[in-house]
Amino acid sequence: MSVEKITRRSFLKRAGAVAAAAAAPVSLVEIAWGRSDARNFTFAYISDSHLTQIKGTKFVSNFDRGLKRAIAEVNFMSPKPDFVVFGGDLAQLGKRAEIDHGLELMSALRAPVKWVVGEHDFYLDMGEYWAEKVAPLHYSFDHKGVHFVVLNSILTYEDWIRKWSTPEERMLAMARLDNPQGSPFMVGDAQIRWLRKDLAGVSSDTPVVVLSHSPLYKVFKPWNFWTDDAEKVQAELKRFRKVTVIHGHVHQVLYNQIGNISFYAMMSTAWPWPYPVSYVQVPNAVPKLTVFMNRADPHSERDGTGWGWLDLDSGRAAMHYELWENRPRTVRFDPKTGRPVDTVYQDPDKRIPPQMHY
Amino acid sequence: MRLDRSLRILLMAGTCWAGAALAAPPLGLPPVPVPEGNPITPEKVKLGERLFHEKRFSADGSVSCATCHKPELAFTDGLPVAEGIRKQKGTRNTPTVVNAAFYTSQFWDGRRPSLEEQAKDPFVNPIEHGLESHGPILEVVRTDPQYRAQFRRVFGVTPDEITIDHVVQAIAAFERTVISGDSPFDRYLYGGDKTALSESAIRGLKVFRTKGRCVDCHKIEQTSATFTDNDFHNLGVGFKRIAPRLHEIVARFREARARGADLDESVLTEAEVSELGRFAVTGRISDLGRFKTPTLRNVAVTAPYMHDGSLKTLEEVVEFYDKGGEANDFLDGGIRPLKLTEQEKRDLVEFLRSLTSPRFARAARAQGASGADAVRTAQAR
Repeated sequence: MSVEKITRRSFLKRAGAVAAAAAAPVSLVEIAWGRSDARNFTFAYISDSHLTQIKGTKFVSNFDRGLKRAIAEVNFMSPKPDFVVFGGDLAQLGKRAEIDHGLELMSALRAPVKWVVGEHDFYLDMGEYWAEKVAPLHYSFDHKGVHFVVLNSILTYEDWIRKWSTPEERMLAMARLDNPQGSPFMVGDAQIRWLRKDLAGVSSDTPVVVLSHSPLYKVFKPWNFWTDDAEKVQAELKRFRKVTVIHGHVHQVLYNQIGNISFYAMMSTAWPWPYPVSYVQVPNAVPKLTVFMNRADPHSERDGTGWGWLDLDSGRAAMHYELWENRPRTVRFDPKTGRPVDTVYQDPDKRIPPQMHY
Repeated sequence: MRLDRSLRILLMAGTCWAGAALAAPPLGLPPVPVPEGNPITPEKVKLGERLFHEKRFSADGSVSCATCHKPELAFTDGLPVAEGIRKQKGTRNTPTVVNAAFYTSQFWDGRRPSLEEQAKDPFVNPIEHGLESHGPILEVVRTDPQYRAQFRRVFGVTPDEITIDHVVQAIAAFERTVISGDSPFDRYLYGGDKTALSESAIRGLKVFRTKGRCVDCHKIEQTSATFTDNDFHNLGVGFKRIAPRLHEIVARFREARARGADLDESVLTEAEVSELGRFAVTGRISDLGRFKTPTLRNVAVTAPYMHDGSLKTLEEVVEFYDKGGEANDFLDGGIRPLKLTEQEKRDLVEFLRSLTSPRFARAARAQGASGADAVRTAQAR
């Protein structure tokens, strides 16, 4: 047998090639869609930071840490994202101090931010400070041939809003989880009229991406994973060939296809849903649930939280979830089945069986 | 070379491993995972041990695996970071070989999937054995009459057919016999001997499993304990060294990788790359500063601690965890201040001391006596 001349360089190069193949950074699919120039791009998505003021300049450090980590990681994305969407609920109780604190942390991002308002940002002053300091409550923009619409999907019925004697009471009522005295979210007729006008000039072939805080469909009413006039909003989007809705609010991996619309949810950076009683030595700062549920690892405050980024290629979205205490997952629109599909776990053979923990 | 007597006993016990059935593992250990392609035989183990001590596998004939993985020091070197050929300093603390067979990946950043693959790297690392290639190793084993005979007996190969894979398979087989259980902890928890641990250590075990939160990564299972979750975590150790210039370092690293730079070499020669941890292997941003959970077995005799050897004593380690590690953007979600009382810290350290297996406890006591004499005494026992 001939002597295999393995030099150090060739051996390590081989090993390096294997390692390099295993190291998968941001994936960009270079597919041109129907035009001569490639119109694919990537943007990041951070959501639901729920920054909570304790007193003065002291904020709940767990939630600060979550947002800081997402921002730090987004800044390491290579190639850089075109922009970063913030999915809403920057603050926990809508206080100016909390919104300011969030703006300060987010200013470390090395990409422009597109803001979506959440109910925790809104209900203390009905969005006044947000509209003044952060962004319009609803707006639209175009980017590389894709029409983006940002909706305020967390409005609700006027008589519920008027019911509370102070803004703080109103905010607390809306912030309360599992709230039997809650009120379902909606986009509202006025905004839907605005939406209709905004979309009037957009051709049905143009990919449309809608960014809202709460899901624009009906998931689970007791948790306000809900939009009361979802059907009306979806009707406005019906004529478009490629529609994607990306939302936060649910603090979990969630995706769906309803008619022509693909829905993708984003994690929170603060806490997952559902969540267990956290195993801590200090009082738990996570809001009280009426029923604690076991799901995320109680040992790690970052389990079930994370951020993500989306590749828009051919006008369809692939959502990459960066799960901090778990393996990353990609949910991508599958043209064959016509809906978002988890690229790894959808296959029944690849599903992780339920586990018993002692 | 002189062998620690108890190691010799272990090897003789190893000769009872005939065919497929392996002897029951020591108390508190799961069965040793053995790859199908590399079964353990007594002859292979003997060969592997010889290769482990072979100094000719280095550029100037001074370094063998045992240079850093000293059997008499629980297969470590007692140094913060390893010192290889010509006393060059590496960037990482030498992990113990003892119970390394239970890791599902090797090295602090898990860059090699098996003991076999791990063994190939240090030979050709300029800081460790300093060889340019595996060529000189094959030269030796193909020409040395004793090696020729041993390789023929073990693998059924002629000298020309010997490859580096045979060499590392033998070394890995030897390493799979370097396991230890039956510590006071094992006798207490798995052996039913409630007197095996002191009161303090028993309290320490409770802290380990509850307030200390240790067991979440340093796992203890129902019938055995490897004290590792085989996962990677960022505690912030040493992260301060690179945090201020992290973007520059990551950019430089990515550039170098794109140009095909060697991961093994850059990790051990460049301190800054070393601190990137698991990220250097996976490229995943959230892996920045993450290192593998090491086993805690024999931790009392494998100081100093952490991937850079920066913590000298178990007390320092407990203090480090108590304060919640070193804050950084990528800190593991499970690391937080513990608010342990002084008593709890002492008890925890007592418990950690109880994880030392008898053989290494004896060797350590002998070491404590006096230098070289102590080592010889340990060997003679």
